[in-house]
Amino acid sequence: MKMAVILKRELSSYFSTPIAYVFILIFLVLASVFTFYIGNFYERMQADLIPFFSFHPWLYLFLIPAISMRMWSEERNSGTLELLLTLPISKIEIILGKFLAAWLFAGLALILTFPLWISVNYLGDPDNGVVFASYIGSWLMAGSFLSIGSCMSALTRSQVVAFVLCGFITLLFVMAGFPLVLDVFRGWVPLLILDAITSLSFLTHYNSITKGVLSLNDFLYFISIIVAWLFATAIAIESKKS
Amino acid sequence: MIEVSDLVKRYGNFSAVSGISFSVKQGDILGFLGPNGAGKSTTMKMITGFLKPSSGRVLIEGNDVLDSTIEAQRLIGYLPEGAPSYDEMSVENFLSFICEARDLRGHSQVKALSRVIDMMSLSTVLKQRIQTISKGFKRRVGLAQAILHDPKVLILDEPTDGLDPNQKHEVRKMIRNLSADKIVVVSTHILEEVSAVCNRAIILNEGKIVSDSTPSLLLEKSKYHGAVSIQSDPIRIKELAENLGKQPFVFDLEQAEKDLTLFPFDGDHDLLTKVIDACKKNEWEMPFIRSEEGRLDEVFRTLTEDGSR
Repeated sequence: MKMAVILKRELSSYFSTPIAYVFILIFLVLASVFTFYIGNFYERMQADLIPFFSFHPWLYLFLIPAISMRMWSEERNSGTLELLLTLPISKIEIILGKFLAAWLFAGLALILTFPLWISVNYLGDPDNGVVFASYIGSWLMAGSFLSIGSCMSALTRSQVVAFVLCGFITLLFVMAGFPLVLDVFRGWVPLLILDAITSLSFLTHYNSITKGVLSLNDFLYFISIIVAWLFATAIAIESKKS
Repeated sequence: MIEVSDLVKRYGNFSAVSGISFSVKQGDILGFLGPNGAGKSTTMKMITGFLKPSSGRVLIEGNDVLDSTIEAQRLIGYLPEGAPSYDEMSVENFLSFICEARDLRGHSQVKALSRVIDMMSLSTVLKQRIQTISKGFKRRVGLAQAILHDPKVLILDEPTDGLDPNQKHEVRKMIRNLSADKIVVVSTHILEEVSAVCNRAIILNEGKIVSDSTPSLLLEKSKYHGAVSIQSDPIRIKELAENLGKQPFVFDLEQAEKDLTLFPFDGDHDLLTKVIDACKKNEWEMPFIRSEEGRLDEVFRTLTEDGSR
């Protein structure tokens, strides 16, 4: 499987530059700040990680584009895209390899928040099934963010543009279930479409997972988002070659 | 064997490559010449399967690049323009990555690595990050990457661009020394390179082939082919121009301050002897004199500028 070759190179490139360490550090610091200060972890007097997980979509909004922005832009800028795409490896394997490397990396950052899980078990008696499901849900959501980021990065040579585009599109996906967005449509679009927009929202699915229900429906939702955006990535790469 | 037939690449209304056909057989070192924007790189990108042609097709040893991309790409070693590589990797890691991507593992990887490291003299920079090594080394890493799997077909896009004269010499020597069972396509806009390395030259202009021949045949197209040039001080050049201009075997002459070029009549291959004899006979002092093989830059200009009119 050549995908593994790409995955390995990508992962090692994260760690051969400061990106990985800076990212992980900031993710851990911000996750803690949100949990303890804004989420009132102690004051709530409840042994769960809801304050922690509920801020993940917002954290991802600007942290995930930081991982994904270089995915293709950098390759195109430095000319290595030509090298990569003329190696005897299929495009699917290259796209998947790059995506999985980023996803595993995000997963690693997530795993490194384990002291919180230990703390909450030390302080009380949380429902570890819910916590576990939430971790999975958060990771699936991170994957969806990354697949959007992959596509945005394939569209432009500029990493900054890729960052902003990814932030914007993912914001739309997060906000789709919010009254703010729904009110714009309410009243003049059929209820069916309104429901469709709501069900497109990351939050709708993420929230139902963090409540402890890892349903097939939500799982498939995130997987199909990932597949769709990776497919879009392939199209973007093909159309942006020069 | 590379077979290119009716290859076209269009961007909107603009044709970067408009219908070119040629084939290259084993043992050939083909030079791709042409002004910037003539379509050299675009053609190479289509041969290597990076770009999809708008129409036409490319066969690499019988493998259609569009249908059996991976099979074709296995046979090709490619140095893209600018010799791109992953800057944050060390030379060693980068080359190992290419090995793995090309299915060279274990023993064959070790062998391939030691062969190219030796060939490109990379042993001193192996552990260094590519971003810290010099341009010459970077280019050699690019070449090493292209020949790692000992490919049958080698496509090199401006392999000597940005190198110093010694490095250029080294790279040319390397290309000439590749064994005779390979197909090499080299693009360049340095004309001397073509005579130095290639046994065949295709000149492209505005996406079309304007000439397909050998470097020596190209030289024969030059109006300077068979001409005699003389160098001396300005006063003697003036005298010689007057005297030699009257000789019956001189068809035409070009005079500059310190140079004089005499052109023979068509079919005359022995102007030099005639000029020397005339000098001896009339007891003119013998200047510095030589016969010209022809000037590639002049042929190149004629072909590519006339084509655009």
